Amino acid sequence: MKNLIYAFLGTLFGIVLVKSDVVNWYRIQAMFRFEEAHMYLVFAAAIATGVLSVKLLKIRTAGKGATYNFQGKVFHKGFIIGGLIFGAGWAITGACPGPIFAQIGTGAYPALITLVGAVIGAYLYYSIKGKLPH
Amino acid sequence: MDVLFGVWDWYIGGPLLGLFVPILLLAGNKQFGISTTFEHFCYTILPGGKNVLKTYNASKNSWKVYFVAGIVLGAFIASTFLSEGPVQFLPPEYYSLQGALKLFMGGVLIGFGTRYANGCTAGHSIFGLSILNAGSFKATVSFFAGGVIYTGLNYLL
Repeated sequence: MKNLIYAFLGTLFGIVLVKSDVVNWYRIQAMFRFEEAHMYLVFAAAIATGVLSVKLLKIRTAGKGATYNFQGKVFHKGFIIGGLIFGAGWAITGACPGPIFAQIGTGAYPALITLVGAVIGAYLYYSIKGKLPH
Repeated sequence: MDVLFGVWDWYIGGPLLGLFVPILLLAGNKQFGISTTFEHFCYTILPGGKNVLKTYNASKNSWKVYFVAGIVLGAFIASTFLSEGPVQFLPPEYYSLQGALKLFMGGVLIGFGTRYANGCTAGHSIFGLSILNAGSFKATVSFFAGGVIYTGLNYLL
């Protein structure tokens, strides 16, 4: 039952992704070429909303025992190296992980190949994880 | 109706995307993130996936599979019922064998990179920055640097 809530929230998220055009290959190109501000402004507005929301949630739960999971991920070298690798993939496919699923939903079926590649890429990472700097 | 059917401006779309940070915390104390689904599919579908992912906790992350299934449905709804006409999200050259190879390579970089960086634009750039995590800031700078460097080289060469 709970999972249906996540499916519903995902549906809303997919609608917003498509309607704000952040799943569009041409937008991603324009962003990385600094040709238009759209993507940067979307990110800035999303982050500002997120920061403000977290602040409000913290105020609301202050002094109470239970709180939300605000635990940040612990930094290692992979954040930089993996980040650069992911950025290149983002530029090639015009999709970060959420938008891969959104592109598939819009009927841009070549994105299915992007998804297969991503799952295999994850497999490759875990296969050689021990040999990589972290 | 143009407001609904056209492209939503950044000041509409951006805040709506950011709202998924508190919504998921309120819904089930979940941290917003998407790229773990690649790990999940690797574990549940890919032959040999369980051998490389011995410590992966599938049940803890299964909610994300429902979330991304929702994304597919939502994208279908948005492009079918909430758009003026068909929008091209991928350039025509990707509808070819050569294009497919390029997307596959790009996909591998996304899967490898996001798992190595322990997050993507959702988990680091939106959630991580929302909680002001310094590591997520470094990751986000790296995402953009990787994209700018690749695009620049591709443009010059």
